[in-house]
Amino acid sequence: MASSRHSLPAGAGAARGEADTPSSHVMRFGLDQPLRLDSGQSIAPLQIAYQTYGTLNADRSNAILVCHALTGDQHVASDNPVTGKPGWWETVVGPGKPIDTDRFFVVCSNVVGGCMGSTGPASTNPATGQPFGLDLPLITIPDMVRAQAMLVDALGIDQLFCVAGGSMGGMQVLQWSVAYPERVFTALPIATGPRHSSQNIAFHEVGRQAIMADPDWRGGRYLAEGTSPRKGLAVARMAAHITYMSDEGLHRKFGRALQDRERVAFGFDADFQVESYLRHQGLSFVERFDANSYLYVTRAMDYFDIAADYGGRLANAFRGSRTRFCVASFTSDWLFPTIESKTVVRALNASGASVSFVEIETDRGHDAFLLDEPVLFATIRGFLTSAAAARWG
Amino acid sequence: MTPIDIHSRADVKRIDLLVIAGLVAPGSRVLDVGCGDGELLALLQKERRVEGRGIELSQAGVNESLARGLSVIQGDADTDLVDYPDACFDYVILSDTIQAMVRPKQVLTEMLRIGRKAIVSFPNFGHWTVRASLGFKGRMPVTENLPYSWYDTPNIHFCTLRDFTGLCGEVGAKIETPIVLDAGGRRMTSAPWWFWNLLGQQAVFLLSR
Repeated sequence: MASSRHSLPAGAGAARGEADTPSSHVMRFGLDQPLRLDSGQSIAPLQIAYQTYGTLNADRSNAILVCHALTGDQHVASDNPVTGKPGWWETVVGPGKPIDTDRFFVVCSNVVGGCMGSTGPASTNPATGQPFGLDLPLITIPDMVRAQAMLVDALGIDQLFCVAGGSMGGMQVLQWSVAYPERVFTALPIATGPRHSSQNIAFHEVGRQAIMADPDWRGGRYLAEGTSPRKGLAVARMAAHITYMSDEGLHRKFGRALQDRERVAFGFDADFQVESYLRHQGLSFVERFDANSYLYVTRAMDYFDIAADYGGRLANAFRGSRTRFCVASFTSDWLFPTIESKTVVRALNASGASVSFVEIETDRGHDAFLLDEPVLFATIRGFLTSAAAARWG
Repeated sequence: MTPIDIHSRADVKRIDLLVIAGLVAPGSRVLDVGCGDGELLALLQKERRVEGRGIELSQAGVNESLARGLSVIQGDADTDLVDYPDACFDYVILSDTIQAMVRPKQVLTEMLRIGRKAIVSFPNFGHWTVRASLGFKGRMPVTENLPYSWYDTPNIHFCTLRDFTGLCGEVGAKIETPIVLDAGGRRMTSAPWWFWNLLGQQAVFLLSR
């Protein structure tokens, strides 16, 4: 691991470096092991950046694959090398935590199409020596999962004790359980759904259009041309961020409170705290994320629809599954509302699979799966502990 | 089928759960509707090696069930049973819950659709103490078995043994085994229905379509 990178100042420069030479483990697959994509194209060579926590046991049966959400990365339980902030799921993954690294071996990889060291649009195309940009083929959720399976194979793991994740990570969990049912002992999809809804696709399109409307996007060639569509990416993030919260949660946090002033300024500065908050979210996101990656990964979510491959019948996707599922949703999540989780639960019931389901009461919206939610922690801990008892007695 | 000695099980507080467990064939598929903290499902898994599933409304119940290693779905039996396919369970159990259902008739119908057999246990509202409370004191009964006041009770559809057998007739359920327990939790031997309805405190019915 290139630990020296941790001392670099946070910022776009550090983020740029992570795309090719990440501060984490890297698995490389040569031309003889191409990643075959749903689009019919393939990627070779392929690079997958990943982190591990805990120790793999002798019979390699205690591995938990954690799948990250849209703009997450492999740094699930250790400091992020770009932002210097704690890992995105430090509340859940670690020694004595609900996903206990004293007991389990946790693997988390950056998705293909990402920008933190797995092959993505910001990676250097070995054929040209230039960043891929839009020359990278379109990636789907099944493609991401196929790449993860290559990594899991390379680590010598036949069956994962659990595949866990929220939002886009939850889509990957569902995809794993359908594509490799015998390799997934338990599955923990959180705040997710079996397909991306029309409304969700619509929000993603707003984000993509904001990026592509930025003159600095340069048809996706901004890295080669030395520009950056910062404004477009920040707007995309601001729009998306609203969908991660709830009206109630926003109101509790900000209400109509003004930012550093006594009264409105009769202008377009950030008068309200909520505006200032969103601007900050947008700007800090630009420092750590690649605009083209945002296009690719949002598109992957848009295309996701498990039932489509099974004649529109979701239950058929899970037929004969021996995997133990635990599905969780949040009451105030309007990006992946409870009804989406219930669709999955209903299908699992219809296919006779073992499934548990919890709807967690919170006003913090979709983002709740990343926050301090004791009921979620208790659910994860209880589910994994009992599954471990079933697995090892 | 080995019977379960219901008087040697100090670990299980509710006698009706042991009676129910005694009715379930080993190795069968069971759905427990309103499974609470999963006590019955855990008992059935241990004693009968069943493949168990549960539905429970309360978050606390679901979490306790999960911690026991049970497969439990948070949901409302009044609305969610429609999601299950026909005949997907050997037994569908409703223990001490039918009186809290908004639509008990519909729930019973769904139970008989998705299970080959249904088991229902409930407190007998026809018990003489209940009749006495209403008849002599003129007040809704508050007892050890029915501990709620009328205004905050989750129990909205109490029934007597007679009422329940009437409902069974309406939905076409065949009563295979009626078991009635007296105030001491002892199984009452054969007696006329009026006697059961007066002295039975708790009933457990094994039903089939």
